[in-house]
Amino acid sequence: MFDFLHRNITSSKEKPFVVNNKFPRPENMRLTTHALSIYIGGNPILKHVNVDIPRNKITCIIGPSGCGKTTLLRTFNRLVDTIEGVNIEGVVMLGDRNIVTAGASELTEIRRAIGLVPQRPCPLPMSIYDNIAYGCRIHGISGRRKLDAIVEYYLRAVGLWDEVKDRLHTPANKLSGGQQQRLCLARSLAIEPSYLLADESTSALDPISSRTVEELFVQLKKDYSIVMVTHTLRQARRIADHIIFMYLGEVIEEGDADQVFNHPKHELTQRYLDGAFS
Amino acid sequence: MKGLMYASIALVVYFVASVVLSVFKRGIPLLSWEMVSSLPGGGFYMGGGGGFLNAIVGSLYIVGGATILGLVISIPVVFYLNVYLKAGSRFGSIARLAYDVLFGIPSIVYGAFGFTIMIYFGLRASLLGGMIVVTLLIIPIFIRSMDEVAKTIPTELLEAGYSLGSTRWETIGIIVRQIAPAIATATLLSIGRAIGDAAGVMFTAGFSDRIPTSLTQQTATLPLSVYFQLQSPSLEVQNRAYAAAVVLTFIVLTLSIGGRIIMNRFSRNKIQ
Repeated sequence: MFDFLHRNITSSKEKPFVVNNKFPRPENMRLTTHALSIYIGGNPILKHVNVDIPRNKITCIIGPSGCGKTTLLRTFNRLVDTIEGVNIEGVVMLGDRNIVTAGASELTEIRRAIGLVPQRPCPLPMSIYDNIAYGCRIHGISGRRKLDAIVEYYLRAVGLWDEVKDRLHTPANKLSGGQQQRLCLARSLAIEPSYLLADESTSALDPISSRTVEELFVQLKKDYSIVMVTHTLRQARRIADHIIFMYLGEVIEEGDADQVFNHPKHELTQRYLDGAFS
Repeated sequence: MKGLMYASIALVVYFVASVVLSVFKRGIPLLSWEMVSSLPGGGFYMGGGGGFLNAIVGSLYIVGGATILGLVISIPVVFYLNVYLKAGSRFGSIARLAYDVLFGIPSIVYGAFGFTIMIYFGLRASLLGGMIVVTLLIIPIFIRSMDEVAKTIPTELLEAGYSLGSTRWETIGIIVRQIAPAIATATLLSIGRAIGDAAGVMFTAGFSDRIPTSLTQQTATLPLSVYFQLQSPSLEVQNRAYAAAVVLTFIVLTLSIGGRIIMNRFSRNKIQ
């Protein structure tokens, strides 16, 4: 069923060259937080969070509902800004840039380096082709042939090309949920980010589509560093390389997936893994 | 209960049908090619020859101009209210209250307001004056009907834009596509209101037997043409008023049906 996955990213097609690089992204650029605290309307949501997202791995943020997983994820690309009354303290670094203090134009560059796959599949209200081309166009890439190549390359990368190649110019909302989610993934990849944020990206999908997307993430970690919020421990066990366990706004434990799952250092982690609370 | 509902529907249909029928019954017999294709001749309002092409063209000019001006003003307003302002912003609720108030103001008040302003600046009634007053009249309709839909735009959609590196301004492409059906609906509603409005243009656009050739000339409009002809003591001229009303109804109907067809095309990309 997933055979398309194995001829995707490394397919013979050459990666089409893309973005004008105003923002250099060295391979060893890291995403880290130092003493990050977030208050919404005066209530602490994140308390003194220090994490270091490893490169080319899948990092899963786990923890009970309301523990600040999503807020942490949305701090990485500053989508927390859209919340009324939010106050950020501390530092989030991407390479040598502080995401927290980034100005408007720096922010769009940072967001280009950190893609997001939303919780609910949410294509843009345009055709399949334009969904992928949109990001490239706003970053100044134009030219029919260049865009054609980008669209094809990234649709192939998510295994969608064969399913939609005959209807690239039909509305994206006609696709099924799983296809839409892969389209969203392709859309994020098309602007060549280094990091991918996934906010429970498989929770709104049926089991088969969800597995497909999951397998894609595993494939993609070769080229991207993936940070994923997930509610399903089983999914985290299946694909995570690195685990961040959060509880009530604090990072309780962070470490290698094997270690956290099999020999958690903290009692709270053990109780969570045992299903004592969720 | 069901019977009551049927009765209500029947009542509404009856009213629509009786209005249309009474207008058509008196208007159709007098409606001729000469009526819609020629300017009023000498003594037209006393039963002389000619037609009311001046009013048809004048109405279309005013409505066309007002619709374009209205869209140009209200799309940025809706965009600002929904993208730039955070949810629950005070300024947003004050602005929304303001256009709700504007929505309820009768058109004669707009007309009088426009007239006062024109006097202040020493201007005379003109096509431009009429357009501006009608624009003021339909802006609340535009903003209100687009805003209702824009409020329901999923936040994920905006976030998708931001996370691809759009600035807030660049998300306008997404917003406009998403609310395209609402823009079409709003345009139809506004045209319907604008073309039928007599009070707003009475002082500001004036009246003229000729087709205006510049924005500063006075122009006739269909509702005023109906109004002046109905005031005539001659039954013949009164019936001509109905003929003009038939044309007015016809224009509104055509625009509505055409608009619906176009609207269906616009809504195909919308994200539920």
